Amino acid sequence: MAERKKNGGKASSLSQLIIPLMALGILVLFNLFRDPGFFSIGISVNNSGNTVLTGNLISVIDSASELAIIAMGMTLVTAATGGQDISVGAVGAITGSIFVMVLQGEAGITGWTVALGFLAGCLVTMLFTGFNGTLVSVFKIQPMIATLILYSCGRSIAYWITGSATPQINGPIISAIGMTIPGIPIPTPIFLVLLVGLLLFLLFRFSNISLYTQSVGINQGASRLNGINPVAIKLISFLVLGVCVAVAGIISACRLGQVSHKTILSDIEMDAILAVAIGGNNLGGGKFRMSGSILGAYIIQMLTTTLYAMSVAPSNVKAYKAIVIIIIVVAGSPVIKAKVTGFWNKMKNGNLKAASRGVN
Amino acid sequence: MKRREPLTDTQLLMSITIGIFVVMYGAAMIFMGGGFLRVQQFFDILNDNSALIIISCALSIVMIGGGINISVGGVIGLTVMACALYLNGTGVQSGFGSIAITLLISLGIGLVFGVCQGFLISYLEIQPFIVTLAGMFLARGLTTILSINPVKVTHEAFLGVSKTKVLIPWLGYTAQNGNLIPAKIEIGAIIAILVVILVAIMLRKAKIGRHIYALGGNQQSSLMLGINVKKTRFMSYVISGLLSGLAGFVFLLHKPAGNASVAMRGEMDAIASSIIGGTLLTGGVGNVIGTFFGTLILATIQKIIGLSPLNESWWQEMASGAMLALFILLQSVVLSSRGKQKKLSGLMKIAKE
Repeated sequence: MAERKKNGGKASSLSQLIIPLMALGILVLFNLFRDPGFFSIGISVNNSGNTVLTGNLISVIDSASELAIIAMGMTLVTAATGGQDISVGAVGAITGSIFVMVLQGEAGITGWTVALGFLAGCLVTMLFTGFNGTLVSVFKIQPMIATLILYSCGRSIAYWITGSATPQINGPIISAIGMTIPGIPIPTPIFLVLLVGLLLFLLFRFSNISLYTQSVGINQGASRLNGINPVAIKLISFLVLGVCVAVAGIISACRLGQVSHKTILSDIEMDAILAVAIGGNNLGGGKFRMSGSILGAYIIQMLTTTLYAMSVAPSNVKAYKAIVIIIIVVAGSPVIKAKVTGFWNKMKNGNLKAASRGVN
Repeated sequence: MKRREPLTDTQLLMSITIGIFVVMYGAAMIFMGGGFLRVQQFFDILNDNSALIIISCALSIVMIGGGINISVGGVIGLTVMACALYLNGTGVQSGFGSIAITLLISLGIGLVFGVCQGFLISYLEIQPFIVTLAGMFLARGLTTILSINPVKVTHEAFLGVSKTKVLIPWLGYTAQNGNLIPAKIEIGAIIAILVVILVAIMLRKAKIGRHIYALGGNQQSSLMLGINVKKTRFMSYVISGLLSGLAGFVFLLHKPAGNASVAMRGEMDAIASSIIGGTLLTGGVGNVIGTFFGTLILATIQKIIGLSPLNESWWQEMASGAMLALFILLQSVVLSSRGKQKKLSGLMKIAKE
């Protein structure tokens, strides 16, 4: 335990972004050498007659939206509780089901019904993540185990809500949320990522949540003695994650125009945890840097898109992804870091000695 | 005179699990009747879940040491696919040589995964969740690289072993036409039970087992006691890797066909079994006998729902989720009330002095 906490303290400085930035840089360079056309951005007209930007880069940024939004919430939960929520995919499926049910219950899809659907989805999602949060904060159950419950039965609950395998939703507003707004060539999910990021930034800027979360993550007992309520902080982190999951679930439902309880946001929990780890955050809790996790999400998507562009079969992508992940985490491991710093210092001292010898 | 020691947390959680299993199975016998009254039903549960029992043991070992291993399901998938391809590719259709090689292949794959993951986790100090997640991705990816299409084993000798069942006449039942149908148990299930017994002995008696408990209980104190913490953690992952390879072999014995979705989500079922069996993810507490009963509880729920009118997969999932929630809450309440009791008795002692 003590060792984990120490690392949590170390990973605080801006230097934690070096490894993810380097990984992203290497991926970009690799693509540049492989095929410079990878970065070309074109303009085309999509099925509904809107002018949209196309190209691999746009597709990377667009399709990483859900992952980036969930990774933000996951960072907060990781920092506060020292564990991860593995039920986000299943809970996102529940959000999608609620959203679809509200829209199908109304006469037509208008701005109001979508807003209603969003609010209902958000509330139900917060209820479910609140359940997870209560298990973790009040009953002091390990986050991964507490969320294993919804991981194993959340998708069944989603099916139970909709009552059918794949309910469809479509309409101009749905495609405006999931794809593009007419007249704006940039996909809407990108703006939603910016919006969620901005809201979280404002939350951290104008409240003490960030500081309190980090202190609870580093030492729960000490924070309690200093007047911070660890139960409330952990619960808040799960509720924030709930909002993030709700937004991601609704984006995903609108993007596909349907909610398939088995496949919507599938495996996103693993990718979100990876994004948090690749961003240099300690999975044992404590200090965190949200920009790292967002960067991690885009690295994962960039990697996937690169592999697709190299015509790797979708089912085989996982193997290559695993190898790259291992390389990134090995490069960021504390032992390797210490070795590199030691080597660097030796070099520097050696150079100094050589220089001083030269002067003498 | 031996003084009776109070129950440890491990023993308490394990006895709760066994008690609930007995109550549940008894209730099924009374209310469902039919198949549950026959011993064969119990053996069927064992036969169907032998691979799950082995990976649950693998998970328990790692969890007792304070780690986690979510690559076990992926390793089963890879092992099954590799062995199926080997068996179909080999020219020899009879003899036990190729079966021995199959066993070696599965243990080898498990060993490679265990050694690599153990090295990364204990010597490079990378978070176990991430390493084993990457291991799972790698195993699943390699499985589809080997073959994206399902591979059915056609090797005769292997199919022969796979169909072999140990008959136990005195546990059988009399069918309607008066014939005695003996109880059948598969070789895989026997291997699984042997694994449970061996791992239980290892954790209880062997040096490495005691070291794993110490490591999970408190890493700092085990370091102070002179335990080689890194080596112990490394070994716990190696053992769990080997067991996942063996589980792959057992899986292939039960269902001789490779498939990209073999043992999908197996790791989560194994974690659930370990938790229900009383293993704590925080480490230091747990017992594979409890894990064995944890697996049986999950499997029995699924059997009961499968036989009831609610036999849809989403009911099964919801029931296992509810069961998991019940156990987790029960454990939390039991442990915290024990903690309070301990505190109280401690205070009483101080007050007396």
